[in-house]
Amino acid sequence: MFRLEVRSSTPAWFNLALPLLAIAVTLILCSGLIALAGAGVLESYGVMFTASLGDSYAITETLVRAAPMIFTGLAVAVAFRAKFWNIGAEGQLLAGAVASCFVGAIPMPGPLAMLLMAVAGAAAGAAVALVPATLRVRFKVDDVVSSLLLNSVIYYALMALIEGPWKDSFSGYPISPPIEDSANFPVLIEGTRLHLGVVVALIAAPLIWFLIARTTLGFRIRVTGENPEAARYGGIHVERVLLSTALLSGALAGLAGVGEVGGVHFQVMSDISPGYGYSGIVVAMLARLNPLGVVPAAIFLAAVMTGAEAMSRATGVPAFLSDVIQGTALLAMLVALLFTAYRIRRVGAAS
Amino acid sequence: MSAPFIEMRGITKSFGAVKANEAVDLSVAPGEILGLLGENGAGKTTLMNVLFGAYAPDAGEILVQGRKARITSSADALAAGIGMVHQHFHLAPRLTVLENLLIGIPGKSGRIDRAGGLARLAEISRQYGLTLDPDLPVSALSVGEQQRLEIVKALFRGAKLLILDEPTAVLAPSEVDGLFSALRSMAAQGLGIIFISHKLNEVRALTHRCTVLRHGRVAGRVDDPANTTSAAMAELMCGHEIVPPARGPSTPGADVLTLAGISTSGHSGTALRHISLAVRAGEILGIAGVSGNGQRALAEVISGMRSPDAGQMTIAGTRVTRFSPREVQALGLGRIPEDRMTTGLVTNLPLADSMVLPRIGTAAFSAKGLLKPDAIRAFAEEQIKAFDIRCPGPMVRAGALSGGNLQKALLARELAFDPKVLVVSQPTRGLDIGAARFIHEKFLAMRAKGCGIIVIGEDLEELLVLCDRIAVMYEGRIAGTLASADATVARLGLLMTGAEGRA
Repeated sequence: MFRLEVRSSTPAWFNLALPLLAIAVTLILCSGLIALAGAGVLESYGVMFTASLGDSYAITETLVRAAPMIFTGLAVAVAFRAKFWNIGAEGQLLAGAVASCFVGAIPMPGPLAMLLMAVAGAAAGAAVALVPATLRVRFKVDDVVSSLLLNSVIYYALMALIEGPWKDSFSGYPISPPIEDSANFPVLIEGTRLHLGVVVALIAAPLIWFLIARTTLGFRIRVTGENPEAARYGGIHVERVLLSTALLSGALAGLAGVGEVGGVHFQVMSDISPGYGYSGIVVAMLARLNPLGVVPAAIFLAAVMTGAEAMSRATGVPAFLSDVIQGTALLAMLVALLFTAYRIRRVGAAS
Repeated sequence: MSAPFIEMRGITKSFGAVKANEAVDLSVAPGEILGLLGENGAGKTTLMNVLFGAYAPDAGEILVQGRKARITSSADALAAGIGMVHQHFHLAPRLTVLENLLIGIPGKSGRIDRAGGLARLAEISRQYGLTLDPDLPVSALSVGEQQRLEIVKALFRGAKLLILDEPTAVLAPSEVDGLFSALRSMAAQGLGIIFISHKLNEVRALTHRCTVLRHGRVAGRVDDPANTTSAAMAELMCGHEIVPPARGPSTPGADVLTLAGISTSGHSGTALRHISLAVRAGEILGIAGVSGNGQRALAEVISGMRSPDAGQMTIAGTRVTRFSPREVQALGLGRIPEDRMTTGLVTNLPLADSMVLPRIGTAAFSAKGLLKPDAIRAFAEEQIKAFDIRCPGPMVRAGALSGGNLQKALLARELAFDPKVLVVSQPTRGLDIGAARFIHEKFLAMRAKGCGIIVIGEDLEELLVLCDRIAVMYEGRIAGTLASADATVARLGLLMTGAEGRA
C-alpha cells in the first residue's frame, strides 16, 4: 500500500525539475496515440518542434498565438488568487474584441485609435467580469456557474451582432466591418505577424506579478483568497477586494480580445477565439497562479497548438491530438505539483 | 497489577532532522487511566499517531495483549481494539448520530442495520452513562455532545483502549465533570484510557498513572498523580521550576473602553442583552461564562466585526460609530480572536504576512499602495526575537507553527502598536504551561504600562490568577461582576448557571 505524506521541506530544484518532468511524461504518454494513428513518433514530435520553435518565423507564430493566452492566463491567475472563480475569460475576451473593433472602425489617428481600442476592450471585459462578481458579493450566487454561463450569453450576443447590424452587406458573410488600417497594430519584424500586442502581453506579466507581490492591493487579494475571515478580521473589505479583482481580471481578458482584433484578424468573426479563455485556465494552473509562470505556460500551450497542427498536416495524425496533448500536460503538471508538497511512502506490504 | 493491554517499546520516529519520539516506552493496563503529559512539541501527538497507525515508527514495537502487532492504518488500530478521539472531530455534520455511528459498518445485504445499531447504542449508553439522541443531526449537537459521540463511535467499533487528545480543551467546566465520570465508569468496567492534557489539575483528578514526555523522550513517570503536586509535574514537563505569575497591585486610571446598553439580534448565536461594562487603564477584566452565553457576540462587537442593534461603545473616550475592524483599531484597540487558525492568521502565507495584516495600509508597511517588503520582514524578525517565537524565520508558512507560537505571533502583532485596550478570547486554550505563562506575563506587563485588558475565557482558575475583576455572562447578559479578591470558583460557578442574580 502507498500513502501520501506531507513533505517537511521541498528542495528548490523540484520546482524546476518537476514541470520539465511533466512535459516529458506527457510526450511519452501521447506517443502511444501518435503510433496508433500510424505515424512515426520521433518524426511527428520533430515536425511539432520545428513548426513551433524550429526557426525564428516559427517562434514568432508561436508567440502571436501565446499572446491572447498570456492575457487570459493572467486574468485567471489574478482571479483565482482571490478565489474569485472566473471561468468567464472567454466571454470577457469576446466582449473586449467587439468593443475594440467598434472603436477601431472609427477614423482617427493610429496611436490614439490603438489606445482607445485597448481602453474600450479592457473596460468591456471588466464590465462582463463584474456581473458574476457582483452576483456573488450581493446575492451569494456561485461565481463558477454564473461566469461560465455568461460566456454563452456574450457569444450569442456577438453572433447576433455579426449576423445582424455588422453583417457584410456585399458578401453576406457573418463578419464585422474591418477596423481602420491606421488602427492595425504595427508589425515589429518584417515578414512575420509579430505585432505590438505580443510585446504588451509580455510586459503585462511582470507588471501583474509586481501588482500581486508588491502592492497593498495584491496583498489584499492574496490574503482574501487564502482566508477571507482573517482578512475581514484584519480590516480588509473583502467584498471590495473581490470586485477590484474581477475588474482587473476582466480587463486582462478583454485585452486578449483587443490583441486579436488589432494585431491578427482586424475584424470580429464567430471563431475569433478558439477557446483562448478556457486555455487561460489551463495556463494559469500550469503556472501555479504565478503571473511570471503564465508566460512560459502560455508559450508551451501555443507551441503545442501550432506544432500539433503542423504535425497533423505533415503526417496525417488527427489535429485533435493537440487537445489530447494539452489535457495530458495539464494532468501531468498537476500530479507533478502534488509532489512538490507531498511524497509517496510505502506502508506495510500486503499481509 | 494486571498485564498491560497495550505496550509500546522503544518507539522512535523522526521527521527529517527532528526526532519527534526517541526510545519511548509506554503501557496501559485494562481498567487503567494513563495521563500522557508534555508541552506542545514534546511528541505526545506523534506517539499517539504511531499507536493509531497514522505514522510508521522508525524503530520500536507495539504489543497488544502481549503479542506483537502491526498497526499501519486506523483500520488496523480499530481491529486491535484501539480507538482515538481527536482534538478535531471527524463527524459528518449533516448525518444523524446513528448514521455517523454506522458509517463504514457493513449492514446486511447492503442495507443499513438500523435496529441493530439502535440496540448497540442503547447498550453503550446504559453501560457508561453516555446518552445521545440517535436521530439528531450532528450539526445540532453541542461540542460536548459531539465529543461524546466520538467516544461512543470508538466504543461502537469495539475499542478496548481509548485515546483522548486534549478532550477538555473544547469543553466548558460543567461538561468536564460529565466527561470525567463517563471515563471513570469506562475504566471501572475494564477499558484502558490514555488521557492527553496540559491541565495538571485535571490529570491529577482523573488519572491513575502518568507518563511525561519532554523533547520526544520520556522525562519521567508519576505513579500516584493524585498525591503529586502540580509543581512537581510541571517541572518534569518543562525541565525547570514554574512559578505562577504574580499580579501586583495596580492603580487603575480612566476608562479606556466602555459599553453602554449594547444589544444585538440573535440570528447568529446568542443575542446580547443590554451589556454595559467599563475597563479602566491598568486593569484586567475577565469575562467568564459557559460557552455559548454571548461571549462570541461580545468579542465580535468590541473588535468591530459586527454592529450592535442598540447601545454605545467608546474607546479611549471616542465614540465608535461604524464598528469596523479598521475603526476600532485606529482608536487604539488590540484584538486577539478566539480562533487563531481561522480568524487570526493566514496559514498558507508567510508568517510575516499575518503579522502585518491588520496594519498593511499604514505608513509602517506601505506607501502609496506599494508594500515595503524590507520593513515587513524586519518587523516580523524583530517580533520573532522579542517574543521568542520558535520558527525557521518570517517567511515560513504560518500554518507550520505550533499553537503557542502562533498565539505569541498574534500577541506580538497587537502589542507592537501599544494598544490602549486589548481584547483577548481564550488566550491560552491549547497552549502548554510555558507558553501560557509567557502570555500571562505579557498581559501583566501591559497592565503595568496602563493598558486595559479584557480576557474572555472559560478557564476560571486562569481568570482568577490574572484578572482584577471578573464579569460573568449568562444568556447574553452580565449576570454579575466580582472583584477577584471576592471571587471563588464556587461563586463564579453559581453566576454562570444563572443561579445568582446579582453580586
